[in-house]
Amino acid sequence: MATKVVMAQLSPTMEEGKLIEWRLSEGDTVAQGDIVAEIETDKANMEVEALGGGVLRRILVQPGQTVPVGALIGVIAGPDEPIDDLIASAAPASAEPSEAEPAQADPADVEPTPSEPSTEPVRGAESGRTRASPVARRIASESGIDLSTVRGSGPGGRIIKADIEAAITRPAAEPAAEPGTPTAEPGTPTAEPGSTAVTAARARPTPGLVDRVEEASPMRKAIARRLVQSIGPVPHFFLTTEIDMGRALELRADLNARASEGKIGVNDLLLKATAEALTRHPGVNASWEGEGIRYHGSVDIGIAVALDAGLITPVLRDAGHKGLRRISDEARDLIERARGRELVPEEYQGATFSVSNLGMFDIDQFTAIINPPEAGILAIGQTVEKPVVVAGEVVVRKRMRVTMSCDHRVIDGASGAAFLGTFKAMLENPLEMIL
Amino acid sequence: MSDAYDVAVIGSGPAGYVCAIRAAQLGLKVACVESGSYEGGFGGTCLNWGCIPAKALLESAALAHHLKSHGAEMGVSPISVEYDMAAAVGRSRGITQKLTGGVQFLLKKNGVDIVQGRGRLGGPGVVLVQADETTEIAARNVVLATGSVMKTFPGFEFDGEKVIGSREALGSDSLPGRMVIVGAGFVGVEFADVFNAFGVDVTLVEALDTLVPLEDPEIGKTLERSFRKRGIQVRTKTRVKELDRGSDPMILTVVNADGSEGIEKTDVVLMAVGRRPVTEDLGLDERGAQLEEGFIEIDEWCRTTAEGVYAIGDVAGQPMLAHVGSHEGILAAEHIAGQAHHPMRYDNIPSVGYCHPEIASIGLGEAAAREAGYDVVTGKYPLSAHGRALTAGSAEGFVKLVADAKYGEVLGAHMIGHNVSELIAEVGLGRDLESTLDEIAAHPHAHPSMSEAVMEAAFAALGRSIHT
Repeated sequence: MATKVVMAQLSPTMEEGKLIEWRLSEGDTVAQGDIVAEIETDKANMEVEALGGGVLRRILVQPGQTVPVGALIGVIAGPDEPIDDLIASAAPASAEPSEAEPAQADPADVEPTPSEPSTEPVRGAESGRTRASPVARRIASESGIDLSTVRGSGPGGRIIKADIEAAITRPAAEPAAEPGTPTAEPGTPTAEPGSTAVTAARARPTPGLVDRVEEASPMRKAIARRLVQSIGPVPHFFLTTEIDMGRALELRADLNARASEGKIGVNDLLLKATAEALTRHPGVNASWEGEGIRYHGSVDIGIAVALDAGLITPVLRDAGHKGLRRISDEARDLIERARGRELVPEEYQGATFSVSNLGMFDIDQFTAIINPPEAGILAIGQTVEKPVVVAGEVVVRKRMRVTMSCDHRVIDGASGAAFLGTFKAMLENPLEMIL
Repeated sequence: MSDAYDVAVIGSGPAGYVCAIRAAQLGLKVACVESGSYEGGFGGTCLNWGCIPAKALLESAALAHHLKSHGAEMGVSPISVEYDMAAAVGRSRGITQKLTGGVQFLLKKNGVDIVQGRGRLGGPGVVLVQADETTEIAARNVVLATGSVMKTFPGFEFDGEKVIGSREALGSDSLPGRMVIVGAGFVGVEFADVFNAFGVDVTLVEALDTLVPLEDPEIGKTLERSFRKRGIQVRTKTRVKELDRGSDPMILTVVNADGSEGIEKTDVVLMAVGRRPVTEDLGLDERGAQLEEGFIEIDEWCRTTAEGVYAIGDVAGQPMLAHVGSHEGILAAEHIAGQAHHPMRYDNIPSVGYCHPEIASIGLGEAAAREAGYDVVTGKYPLSAHGRALTAGSAEGFVKLVADAKYGEVLGAHMIGHNVSELIAEVGLGRDLESTLDEIAAHPHAHPSMSEAVMEAAFAALGRSIHT
């Protein structure tokens, strides 16, 4: 009985995977449970296990190739078993396992409405023609939308009317940099998605630059997809405040002076302050859901971690019940494993609030995009010495700017400001964090 | 549970048997339970006492009517036309038998286990089948496809002889002298056509404003003109009030539009007022499968509110059409197999009546399109000057397209005329592909076919009619 080796859906948001390498060659004997290949998903590198034993009779996908979830990538069978029918009948688009359905209820993976409930590959993309319906083409041409920038949600990846209408109503990109990406681009002039004006404006090539298109890595595609899903439907507003970090840094220095191992970092203090503030302001530890607000029973903070190719947000679970030491140890471990691409899905899903720190990149202040379905995110800038006025006198203090992005469906100005006020108070009076 | 079925389908009508076959094609282990009820059997109501026998009798009627009205002018003059309902019904039953045998053959060929008996839900993973004894089938998923039965009004209970429904009308050898048909939806108008063609004095009573009231009003008006010409009495805006079965002939009291009452004397009353879903004794309550307006409530993948239970076809909601049931069956099978990619869209289902002249429609009507906010343009092409219709000797009717003026998107089609049932698929497919009037107008439809009429309607909507 032949066993199919398929590109399995290893995370609820995964729609395709890239084959990194085969651990076995054609003709090798395989036992059930053996690792046969390594694949790159939108979040991490994962291993594919053989679901049955036999001989690895055929390898259908080569290293470097990206295929959709469900695609047949290899066949394990008896040494003489006929497998041609199996290969011929395996459509590239088959087998979205029905077990994946309940995973879509996971609040960490909000689908845009109207939702595309399963993954269907873009057939016909290979032929070079953009598949779009006549109505879609007409609306697109009238509205100046470039079809090649639109993702089709129709059968076989066809661009349909609804896709163009969505492209038209998508707002212009924020002029500020995107959160957490070390290679953030300066604001593009008329950053209307799909606008043809930007491409037409380029004239002579600049020495050292090469005009090219590079396919986005699965991670970059996931970031793109998720954050567009956020900035479109989520009504963001932003609150900024400047925090005096003098006493917090003193506390940190004190603790570390007597610590034999595991230094407490500034980020750990920020996470602790965030946890305390969220616990005291449960209205911020919430999500917009359907027609109401879900208040979360635990404080799970997503820590934005920059990677070479993008960004990932491991979750510090139950931060409301953890002391500073424990937060520090766990955050260190999560960040290290995030950088090593070793996180499993449960470790980067399900945050109730996020924190993103670009202080180490010399950024004074920035606005971050909320990770849906969270209701807020704190964007932390660097701490700098600057003159401030205290009791009528100009003194030098260590000041840090934070900007909180809020989902206005869940948080209003006053409640956001109250939260931010508590966060600030915790850092300026750090002993309050032990109360 | 290792030899449990992957799917047990209860009911083998166009929804059930198609679901079972599709599931088997996808490699699942399938059982199909059929109870052989009064209005059903293998192939369901459709094959046994619905779509198929109705169309067989309609063909006999068309032949009768055509010979009578056009024979001489076409150069084929029968000395006399004799009606033999028994023979017509006999032919119809023969076709049904062939097709129901075919359904059983197809099920077996695809490896579906056929189980005879009345199926119902047991506990999770269990289907109970009641035959001489009650047996249990283990099935990971269950698809309910129990269909629907004829409905009637209080005071008009079916007695199988004087007050009948489609079941009896399709199986009876004898012809009454007079017949009142209550309800002028597709079922009512089709029977009006059949019995009028076979020489019965037919009165068609409809409570709403026009015949086929769910269709474009012009279609109802055209049909009414055609029926009146044939001697069918049409009473629209008329409700039935009560029936005195005791008298001979029976006396039917009706209420007219102005509130006054009237009398119709008749030998038979044929109730064509709709169908109701079969939801009793299926174990729905115990398993938590909720109903919605009498139908089993389903989501966009045909799942009910009970875990592991799907519902398809007439029992799962409007529109109660065989082709909808079949496609729901395919969707449910694919969903169970983990291969469903797109839920069914219900805004592009063709609706067809097989009376003569035929009726076919899809999508939005003119009024509905305007209400939806479209800037509406329509193109109407009358068949009175259409080559193929004239050669067929049946040139009444029209083809009308409704479109969005801005982008030319085809929003709907409404037709009445010779063979229009075969024309609606083009528009259906065109709408699935989000086509515009230009695509229909640009395709060189075969000449001289009826399908050209769709192209002509597109020309009309674009303001560039050639033939009108």
